[in-house]
Amino acid sequence: MAFILLVIVLALIWAAVTGSFSLMNLLLGFAVAVFAALFIRARVERPHLPRRLRRILVLAFLFFYELALSAWRVAVLVASPNMHAKLRPAIFAYPLTVKSDQEITLLANLMTLTPGTLSIDVAQDRSVIYVHALEMRDKDETIAGIKSGFEARIAEVFES
Amino acid sequence: MIDLLYYAAGVMLIVGALFSFLAVVGILRLPDLYTRAHAASKAGTVGSGLTLIAIALVSFDVSVALRAVVGIVFFMLTAPISAHLLSRAAYIAGYMPHSSTVLNELADAQKGDK
Repeated sequence: MAFILLVIVLALIWAAVTGSFSLMNLLLGFAVAVFAALFIRARVERPHLPRRLRRILVLAFLFFYELALSAWRVAVLVASPNMHAKLRPAIFAYPLTVKSDQEITLLANLMTLTPGTLSIDVAQDRSVIYVHALEMRDKDETIAGIKSGFEARIAEVFES
Repeated sequence: MIDLLYYAAGVMLIVGALFSFLAVVGILRLPDLYTRAHAASKAGTVGSGLTLIAIALVSFDVSVALRAVVGIVFFMLTAPISAHLLSRAAYIAGYMPHSSTVLNELADAQKGDK
């Protein structure tokens, strides 16, 4: 089930990237997709696919909302005349609860595109991620916001 | 109906251009690399994303529209990675955050290592 879905999505991406939706090109994309998907077959077949898809959608919507909010806040900040008074840059350590490579990568990327935070470095032992904030008001509040928002949603998506 | 699409695309073009402009203003006004990366990654992504959505809306061609969407996805994948790599490289190279920075726990952690 997940395998077929993956092949269809890959074939459509192939058609999109090559820029032609002719039957021959779609068939070629389909063949390439089957070939590529065979390599990662074992990882694709996971249980609870509908639930995971729903959670991925929830995460995506949260992300787009936060991205719009974040671009708006940066825009307002740099356009305001008293920018230097509002600016309170800080680098703080964010304690990680998620542990796998994929989860940390996803969290670091999403954090960079959301209000006021930009990931700089992950500690060697993966206990914390160092985050640069643009307008630091209250450290605990910022951490709690990410914990209950992105990190919780990401953990849901990856839970088996 | 088609008129409406053109209006929507026009509005998105203007808003997208505005965000791109403010990203540049941010790069010029903000005090150091770390804060500038904020402006470039966030406002820049939204600015170019909106412009690409505008193209997708008025292209009336599935392959062009899909390519615009793929472009947005690639933008969202690469913008945070480049911002992250730039700031990490700058930090490792010894470029210290601006003096207005109120807290630096990365420096504190490194002091602890030594």
